[in-house]
Amino acid sequence: MCLAIPGKIVELFPEERNLALVEVAGVRRRVDLGLLEEDRPVKGDWVLIHVGFAMSKISEQDALDQMNTLAMLGEAEAALQEIRGYGLGQEDGDPPVS
Amino acid sequence: MRFVDEFREPELINKAADEIRRLAVPSRHYRLMEVCGGHTHAIYRFGLKDILPENIELIHGPGCPVCVLPMGRIDDGLTMAQDPDVIFAAFGDMMRVPGTQGSPLEHKARGMDVRIVYSPSDAIKLAQANPDRHVMFFAIGFETTAPSTALTLMRAKSLGLGNFSIFCNHVTIIPAIRAILDSPDMRLDGFVGPGHVSTVIGCRPYEWIAANEKKPIVVSGFEPLDILQSIVMLLRQLKNGKARVENQYKRVVPWEGNRAALAAMAEVFQLRPYFEWRGLGFISQSALRIRDTYAEWDAEQRFNIPGLRVTDPKAAQCGEVLKGVLKPAQCKLFGAECTPEHPIGALMVSSEGCCAAFYNYEHRKTAVVTNINASA
Repeated sequence: MCLAIPGKIVELFPEERNLALVEVAGVRRRVDLGLLEEDRPVKGDWVLIHVGFAMSKISEQDALDQMNTLAMLGEAEAALQEIRGYGLGQEDGDPPVS
Repeated sequence: MRFVDEFREPELINKAADEIRRLAVPSRHYRLMEVCGGHTHAIYRFGLKDILPENIELIHGPGCPVCVLPMGRIDDGLTMAQDPDVIFAAFGDMMRVPGTQGSPLEHKARGMDVRIVYSPSDAIKLAQANPDRHVMFFAIGFETTAPSTALTLMRAKSLGLGNFSIFCNHVTIIPAIRAILDSPDMRLDGFVGPGHVSTVIGCRPYEWIAANEKKPIVVSGFEPLDILQSIVMLLRQLKNGKARVENQYKRVVPWEGNRAALAAMAEVFQLRPYFEWRGLGFISQSALRIRDTYAEWDAEQRFNIPGLRVTDPKAAQCGEVLKGVLKPAQCKLFGAECTPEHPIGALMVSSEGCCAAFYNYEHRKTAVVTNINASA
């Protein structure tokens, strides 16, 4: 429930300012940037994700540490399951829902 | 110290452990509460209790949103979803939480359309993909999750989505901490403060704990080193007779919180006059309801809910364990009728519940030790 999953912004969408394509352990899904309106991340930034929304920007080192923490907590699998489940589990390539 | 070698930076962890031992006055018994269920899980998983001296006791707080929700609210949600046109959508950790007629997963087995979503925005996708059905999203969580629900409601409104509603069970952390401090049977020396709730609300909301209650609170990260460092910071304050809010989790938590998140919450939610919490009873202004401006997407306004108050099964002592009055193993059902495989109460279902955490990391260890001793 309190899973905060680190991910890297790999693509932004000019027509959808509040969405970003994020990559977590090789899995790519769209997450919502609406909570980072005041501090917008750019491509290459790392963010902490919770229930499909980016909550804060973090450094790459902190992102790697967080992945390690999730693994130590035994939650790496749950985190990947959550990421895979975003967008109802659809792969990227689907048009953004407008 | 058996887990220390597995940790990253074992030298720093040893240093923190040594500092804790140095700061803890031997004649004093320290009672520190970790508020958040994520910290409870981490403490058990990392075996941190073994690293702490005997006179430091960690008390588990009510920061597990699944655990504090009374059974009646589960029943209400499932009642609304009995209409075959309704799709019941919720996060994975809601699926096995017991209602009086079974959990959402058990209802699914009996034919109800129950779907797991990993984001509230996916509940909207579900509604768009199923225009002839109504999607009802069962929203839970503290302030970490409420902003995401808020943005989702704003999106539903801007889309004019007609077949979507949210059953809002968001709760707020400060009134729960206040209820704990007001409780006559709870004597605490300080708090390990929530990590991710604080990314939203910041550190200011905890200032009254230091100023009025004179207890130190340190907002903490989730790594073993974070939690141990937070305990060092608490002990330092206690040694100096101080009571302040400190932020150990600076790399993620901004002191002022997240303005966009707070603005979204204010737009969509208002405080309920009171709300019932398992174990803590009715707490005023402790939960969120959807504003009338979003009434069309409020499941409580669209559906008739029984609103029954349902108490936990008599033998289960979930409330007392939640309040910290009982340890998990002291509940009569623990480890026998109530296990993670067949949970009776929510504290055994959620990974943040102290019963599940205790069972998975402590209970099994004790059982192994007992068996070894018995066969010796």
